[in-house]
Amino acid sequence: MGEAAKGETKITDQGLDGGVGRLDESRIREVINTVLKNETGARLKTYVETCIHCGLCSEACHYYLSNDKDPAFSPVGKVKRTLWEMLKRKGKVTPAFIREAAVVAHTECNLCKRCAQYCPFGIDIAYLMSVVRRIVHRLGCTPLYIQDTANSHSVHMNQMWVKGDEWPDTLQWQEEEAQAEIPALRIPLEKEGADIMYSVIAPEPKFQAQLIYQAAVIMDVAGVNWTMPASMGWDNSDMAMFTGDNELMGRLKRTHFETAARLKVKKIIMGECGHAFRSVYDTGNRWLGWRVPPFQIVHAIEFYYDLIKSGRIKIKTKYPHAVTLHDPCNVSRGAGLHDKARFVAKAVAAEFVEMEPNREHNYCCAAGGGAINCGPPYKMKRLQGNKVKAEQLFAAKTRGAGVLIAPCHNCHSGLHDILHHYGIGLDIKFLGDIIYEVMEKPA
Amino acid sequence: MHTAYDMLTGPCAWTAFILFFGGCLYRLIKMLWLVWKKERFIFSYMSLRYSLRSLVHWMVPFMAVNWRRQPVLTIATFAFHLCLILTPLFVSAHIILWEEAWQFSWWMLPDGLADAMTMVVIVCAGYFFIRRLVSPEVRYVTGPSDWIILSIVAAPFISGFLAYHQWFAYRFFTMFHIFSGEVMLVAIPFTRLSHMIISPFTRAYMGSEFGKIRHARDW
Ligand code: SF4
Ligand code: SF4
Repeated sequence: MGEAAKGETKITDQGLDGGVGRLDESRIREVINTVLKNETGARLKTYVETCIHCGLCSEACHYYLSNDKDPAFSPVGKVKRTLWEMLKRKGKVTPAFIREAAVVAHTECNLCKRCAQYCPFGIDIAYLMSVVRRIVHRLGCTPLYIQDTANSHSVHMNQMWVKGDEWPDTLQWQEEEAQAEIPALRIPLEKEGADIMYSVIAPEPKFQAQLIYQAAVIMDVAGVNWTMPASMGWDNSDMAMFTGDNELMGRLKRTHFETAARLKVKKIIMGECGHAFRSVYDTGNRWLGWRVPPFQIVHAIEFYYDLIKSGRIKIKTKYPHAVTLHDPCNVSRGAGLHDKARFVAKAVAAEFVEMEPNREHNYCCAAGGGAINCGPPYKMKRLQGNKVKAEQLFAAKTRGAGVLIAPCHNCHSGLHDILHHYGIGLDIKFLGDIIYEVMEKPA
Repeated sequence: MHTAYDMLTGPCAWTAFILFFGGCLYRLIKMLWLVWKKERFIFSYMSLRYSLRSLVHWMVPFMAVNWRRQPVLTIATFAFHLCLILTPLFVSAHIILWEEAWQFSWWMLPDGLADAMTMVVIVCAGYFFIRRLVSPEVRYVTGPSDWIILSIVAAPFISGFLAYHQWFAYRFFTMFHIFSGEVMLVAIPFTRLSHMIISPFTRAYMGSEFGKIRHARDW
């Protein structure tokens, strides 16, 4: 059995406990071997056979750095605790082992891929952890909260159980709110042939509707020819990608792309979310067989960059605070948007304070990869697992930063928790929050 | 004694070379075949430019962030691998043997330099040995196979060093040197020493993904 990390107490999780209760060893063996045989190939084999056990990936991982360099949390240590054992025993592992493997893969790794930048061989441990997630998914042993989110995807094609009519209702409500500010503003629904389909993640209509309001104001002022779908397919989020439910991920992304195709738009612009971007730009498209996405996918960072650079959005007065920027893994290490994000931050704020490390070397927020979606049971573990982030944020604060920009929903929520837990005393904002506040609007 | 020596430098050497070259070829073909069969998409993401970009950054000391973070390890790693590959290829004793056998020769290292390079390999192997013992993150993932492959690599250099200096048991160390060298050759394709031939491909793939799709540095 893999060795558990030091001092770990068992966290109750109905998804895992219930799932494990239904397992026996022959089923486990069958599923592990089927996944390994049918769904993995050269990557898994080569990574495992090439890894020289040098431990050089360790310092890449915030969990390792934050847990007093406990080697069980190092990237390769997590492979040892999961896949090595499964391979060595040819799948003959116990239900308790599977539970532990699920905990490791879901709550001790954010699939951030920082370790791939530190391993001399470029071994992709995030990929290996997703194989583990796939295995535990097939065994019905996924943490309860994230599984619930995946279930919502499956039923409603969105992450938050937003029902059919609640979606257009919310948009109408935000349209009315925004019309108090700009009377002619519309949130164009189902406008065929618009240039842009704007898609968001379900937490926006569910409890951050003001973000849709702000986006509508930005679109309106910039004079963008845009639309939002009224039907399923408006949500670009994807927890199925993180639970290893690839089939569901495929359904979600197909719905999203087909909605854009139905509306005959030229590109998809997405709100400030990192994981959704990863899903649409890099992962879901591959599952569907697209080498690159069938639509041009533009993350909000890039969209704002274009609007500000081309002068379609003008800044009235700069935001009067020193801001620092957290580079979300999925759009920085995932798409190189860090310099554009800096351009936007510097354009809108009076002062910019750099975070160290930064850009694609930034530390992950520890909320991504589905970790925050594993819910309250793991909250403390997540916060303790990112002490190094707290130190990084605090250092930026001592250099003068007052506001933290996190242009990603997962990062935003995760960093919000970190700021509170460690009492760092930075405000946290989306780029859109600040742009909305400082842009020129029709009088 | 002579017959054993003849065996080692004759049939055993041939077998070792055949297994080494054949094995390396087999491993590469097998890997590419597996990619072709099950993960063909990988080919469509490969990029020569970004593969080389990544390889260069990792093959030049201190060019990657992680190399800069651990200077001692970096120096040891590069010195070890460089001497490990160059010494056996260019040490005069080997070249004389090949010349006798196949009338074939190339550049020779001065003996003093070759001796120093051998020492570098031995010292670095010692460093890796100690690192495995004392660094918790390395010890945690160290198993019997790691000790075995480190010994397989160190043995021909230690015995070669002792044989060259002829301090004691010259004949034994010469024979053991040849034997352990052959073991190492055979072990390369069939153990995790295969990182020698495989790691450029894993690096190239990651470099391509980072360059083409992720537009980010992987070093
Ligand atoms: S959290 Fe990031 S750095 Fe740590 S193991 Fe997972 S992918 Fe690697
Ligand atoms: S750095 Fe790479 S080769 Fe070394 S232990 Fe980590 S994954 Fe394995």
